[in-house]
Amino acid sequence: MQETLEDFFRALRAADIPVSPAEAIDAHRAVDSVGYSDRILLKDTLCVALAKSADESRRFDDCFDLFFRREEFRGEDSGNPESDEGDQGPAPLPEGIPEELQNSELLQMLADDNREALAQRMEQAAREAGAMNIRYVTQRGLLVRRILDRMGLRELEAAIRALNQNEEGSGGGEAAQELAEMRQNLFEEARQFLDRLYELYARPYGEQLREEFLAETALSAVEQRDFERMQKLVRKMAKKLATRYNRRRKRTRRGVLDVRRTLRRNMAHDGIPFDTVWKQTKIERPRIVVICDVSRSVAAAARFLLLFLYSLNEVIATLRAFAFSDHMSEISDIIEEKDVEVAIPEILDKIGFRPTDYGQSFADFEEEYGDAIDRKTTVIILGDGRSNHNDPRVDLMRWMHDRAKSVIWLNPEPETFWGTGDSEMLRYLPFCHVAKLCRTVQDLERIIDDVLKSYIRA
Amino acid sequence: MNDTAVLAEIGEKLSSVEAITEGLSTVGYIASRRIATAIFVAQNLNKPILVEGSAGVGKTELALSTANWLGLPLIRMQCYEGLDEAKALYEWKYGKQLLYTQILKDKVGDVLEGTQGMDEAMERLRGFGDLFFSEEFLEPRPLLKALREDAGAVLLIDEIDKSDEEFEAFLLEVLSAFQVSIPEIGTVVAKTPPLVFLTSNNMREMGDALKRRCLHLYIPLPDEKLERRIVASRVPGIEDSLNKQLVRFVQSLRDEDLKKLPSISETIDWARVIMLMHADSLDSELVRDTLNVLLKFEQDIASVERRIPTMVRKAAE
Repeated sequence: MQETLEDFFRALRAADIPVSPAEAIDAHRAVDSVGYSDRILLKDTLCVALAKSADESRRFDDCFDLFFRREEFRGEDSGNPESDEGDQGPAPLPEGIPEELQNSELLQMLADDNREALAQRMEQAAREAGAMNIRYVTQRGLLVRRILDRMGLRELEAAIRALNQNEEGSGGGEAAQELAEMRQNLFEEARQFLDRLYELYARPYGEQLREEFLAETALSAVEQRDFERMQKLVRKMAKKLATRYNRRRKRTRRGVLDVRRTLRRNMAHDGIPFDTVWKQTKIERPRIVVICDVSRSVAAAARFLLLFLYSLNEVIATLRAFAFSDHMSEISDIIEEKDVEVAIPEILDKIGFRPTDYGQSFADFEEEYGDAIDRKTTVIILGDGRSNHNDPRVDLMRWMHDRAKSVIWLNPEPETFWGTGDSEMLRYLPFCHVAKLCRTVQDLERIIDDVLKSYIRA
Repeated sequence: MNDTAVLAEIGEKLSSVEAITEGLSTVGYIASRRIATAIFVAQNLNKPILVEGSAGVGKTELALSTANWLGLPLIRMQCYEGLDEAKALYEWKYGKQLLYTQILKDKVGDVLEGTQGMDEAMERLRGFGDLFFSEEFLEPRPLLKALREDAGAVLLIDEIDKSDEEFEAFLLEVLSAFQVSIPEIGTVVAKTPPLVFLTSNNMREMGDALKRRCLHLYIPLPDEKLERRIVASRVPGIEDSLNKQLVRFVQSLRDEDLKKLPSISETIDWARVIMLMHADSLDSELVRDTLNVLLKFEQDIASVERRIPTMVRKAAE
């Protein structure tokens, strides 16, 4: 049973529930105290010991059900009625099987119609064949073969051959037919068994691969059908950032005594400073203003930029979000109140996909929301800087640059494209503290991480 | 009763999952199987339980009820930003130490009388050296108290997510070995490890190290059947038909898109309010008047208000 548990841990790990060796030991101890007989009890016990968040317990439940879904070998019931009556000793093998195959374990199990033993043997064979390491669908055929080989397929095949050879002489055709059918069933079982293994060990792995791939794909190249997966990925990333930065931080300035508070605290001790209080600097929570271009020229990436904005909102409490094509609108409320599935289409519908006008949008911004920016704010602009040959209003960019703590421009276009055609990027560039190519979700994550870090160091 | 007898009795009470479910129900806590299993495993492995779930599903109540049922002292520690060792573990009674030194000043003179030179005086003082850092001047805080309960205790560390990360790290030693070291006195080891509950509202993600040392229990909002049993146990004297209607109404509220879904504690409060009003069935008027017990946001109330009659009718079916 220990091996089964170890396999289960691996399935859990594949399902993105980390099980450390120490946790595995705990789980073993916990299981020792409850036993295996009660399935629900076993499930609850393992869940309590291994899943470490609400999300993980949900995943745990699914994984448990899948893993312990013992599929019995089906095999036709009519085949061998007397075997149901139980322990009457081994059933006789079909006649005409050569001497050297008489001891074959597989043949005996088939003759007994002992499905439990077959299932157990198959699991053992699978372990020996390394089937638990399955990664790709294409490995299935080979692994089925390997498992069956280890179970003694060769003996079965030899037996069928022998029976067929005998056929002309002694009429062993029926027995051969029966064995061939069993062989067919065995293959079927093995295939299903592997499907389950694939589901348990490989699918989550594949999912992981796809996510990694997606994180490195250019935003404009992500396809519509990947939107949901992308959403998951972005959310995961935002959560990671949130746990890292979401708290007010204090830092002690070493060696500087806070005289006032020290005296206050030690008044009870006659003013003798038993309890020293050191000066601290409070580190502000990040204040961020994001301005997102959702016009036609960035149409392909706009959805994802907004998606990212949406997740960022969950991370940073003091985020104000704006979007524009030809004029600026604040979208903080929509993002705050509505679900992502509703919010993004609504924003795109309202403001998106129109011709770009950076100049006019910046002018709107200064006029209506100018007070959103102060010395502590970081401004992040997501856009390609292509302004349809309208006046870029570089002066407003300078205004932003002077007023904000920093201005960061994230451009989905590579640097060689900056300044070509109607791109005003090179004119805006002097007024950005940082301007970076931001093509993939990974880029986004790295940059936001840097921004948030700068608040901690400041 | 001496300690061993108490321990034996507690061991008896915690001997199986069924016994725990049953026992908790005698003090009015209707536990799901998973909750009972968590306590059972915690007892067997001597591990703390980290309880998560939205506000009002009975996380704190679980610890209170367990203590109540087992007859163990409940030691509660409320976490907040800035909570530190001195407030959680122990502190020296500075004031008392100070006072004693003042009073004993003259005595010190007597003791030192007739000594020749500093060395001899020091030598003589050394005998009294540990006087001021002894049990006498130690102020135990919740964690130390829990470790020193010889017959065991229920330790509730409430809203651990509100504490700082440093404090979380500090807890690790206490929670894994059930011991703390006080430099002046030595190591205090719990004779009987306390049953520890940590609750979290998920204000922030807990560190992996802490999670690893704890069993994890997630308490979801209950289904209809369980919730009815809970209401029946918490609001004695409630009519079955009323109970059914009211739980169904709350359950239907949970399907709505609300800012804050009503949880069990709200259901119980609401049931009590309705009992107070001597109503024996729900009607729209009554629901409208008392809705603020269930929903805590103006927007939520506004969004449901119009549909109250339909929802009440559905619940009554």
